[in-house]
Amino acid sequence: MKKITKIFLSFVTLFFLLSGISFSDNIKIGTEGAYPPWNAKDASGKLIGFEVDLAMELCKITGDTCSIVEQDWDGMIPALQAGKFDAIMAGMSITDERKQKINFSQGYADEVASFASLKKSNIKLGGLKSLSLADIDGKEQKTLDTIKKTLEGKIVGVQSGTIFQNFLKSGLVGKVNVWTYKTQDEVNLDLSSGRIDLSLAAAVATTDYNSKAGNVLKLVGPTFSGGVFGNGVGIGLRKNDTKLLNSFNSAIDTARKKGIIKKLAIKHFGFDASM
Amino acid sequence: MTILIENIPYLLKASFLTIQLTLISLIIGLIIGFFFSIMRLSKNFFLYNIAYYYSFIFRGTPLLVQIFIIYFGLAQLEFIRDSILWAILKKPFWCAIIAFSLNTGAYTSEILRAAFEKVEKNIIETGKSLGMSKFNIFYKIKLPIAIKQSVPAYGNEMILMLKGTSLASTVTLIDLTGASKYIISTNFNPVEVFIFAGSIYLILTFLIHSLIKLVEKKLGYY
Repeated sequence: MKKITKIFLSFVTLFFLLSGISFSDNIKIGTEGAYPPWNAKDASGKLIGFEVDLAMELCKITGDTCSIVEQDWDGMIPALQAGKFDAIMAGMSITDERKQKINFSQGYADEVASFASLKKSNIKLGGLKSLSLADIDGKEQKTLDTIKKTLEGKIVGVQSGTIFQNFLKSGLVGKVNVWTYKTQDEVNLDLSSGRIDLSLAAAVATTDYNSKAGNVLKLVGPTFSGGVFGNGVGIGLRKNDTKLLNSFNSAIDTARKKGIIKKLAIKHFGFDASM
Repeated sequence: MTILIENIPYLLKASFLTIQLTLISLIIGLIIGFFFSIMRLSKNFFLYNIAYYYSFIFRGTPLLVQIFIIYFGLAQLEFIRDSILWAILKKPFWCAIIAFSLNTGAYTSEILRAAFEKVEKNIIETGKSLGMSKFNIFYKIKLPIAIKQSVPAYGNEMILMLKGTSLASTVTLIDLTGASKYIISTNFNPVEVFIFAGSIYLILTFLIHSLIKLVEKKLGYY
């Protein structure tokens, strides 16, 4: 009798240990949780933000059960390839460099990049309002040259492994002294404390921080898009996972037609960033 | 593989920063540790407690937390940003050196304190009976014995410090770990790069290990 009780108890324990692991074939979506308003965490540690909401809506359309997994930005693509999750929704822009390693769905939202500085700083980066690297004419080149000249001797902070870092390293604005950080929050902290002169990030990431941190920063210079900045933000998927690619692509179509993406974008960004 | 070979000079240059951080922190930490270990032996209430709580705090909190408090934490305080200290604290290199030195200093002070306390009473009594002054007993008897006893433990601490410097990459420094992360962030191929970086750490650890062996031999272990 005693032996039977023991065996029974060990099975019960095993059951409880394994119950945390789910065996259903749900789709895991990786996000960073540190890039508001795209994806972030609330005070209780719950993942929130535009992409968390959108992921749930897309899964509703495809009829899959989805869960959101947190992953540091610098390990995002390796973690996808290692199978830790099946899709990336982390404000990841569609670039040629990343396309060599992973597939992207069609873009679901657009982001523009912008430099930022302390409010009291007097750094100026040309007169253009927006600059597309897709077609660089005289006006654009002039602004790039102005920026190149202004950046001499300045320190620019970026999150590592981002399109912003790629732009600064591309040589379009000369050889820049770039400091890299693990998260965008750390970039904002060092910009606020005056350790770095400028940051380069998604314009909404800066304005979001600014509204929470007492309006100490401002955007400077033109907003950037195209070229190394990629073509919008999409869902990153493993190369061989074409089934998921097709299902997400049609779900994005549906969500766009129904106005779901637009509604969520206005809720989180304050303007229609859908594409 | 070609990506790794292209980046070897970059990684070697970054290893230089790792070595630099390790050496400077160890030297400053040794000086700090020496003075605090003597304070721990003192009968003065304040000296003892300052040294005790310093060691308690820096050994009781993670190095990552310490470096974040010094780098990101202090930078939030306006009076620090306005003070003369900001010239040093503004630089990530010096923030890292301060954090590493204070951390290794705390461990070193414990290693030395234990070694001092292990010096046998009868040897000190012998010194006293020969009419040696207090300073001479410390300098000629206690210190040499304590140094000899603490070498193996200190060698361990040196290796821990070398590996601890990998946290410098969290405050924008491009050390060996930081450089590896940078390469991976552009080519998304972590295996080769991390294995290469790990091998460099192993080589450096081996060098420290050999140095300690040499010192042990010189000091005449039996």
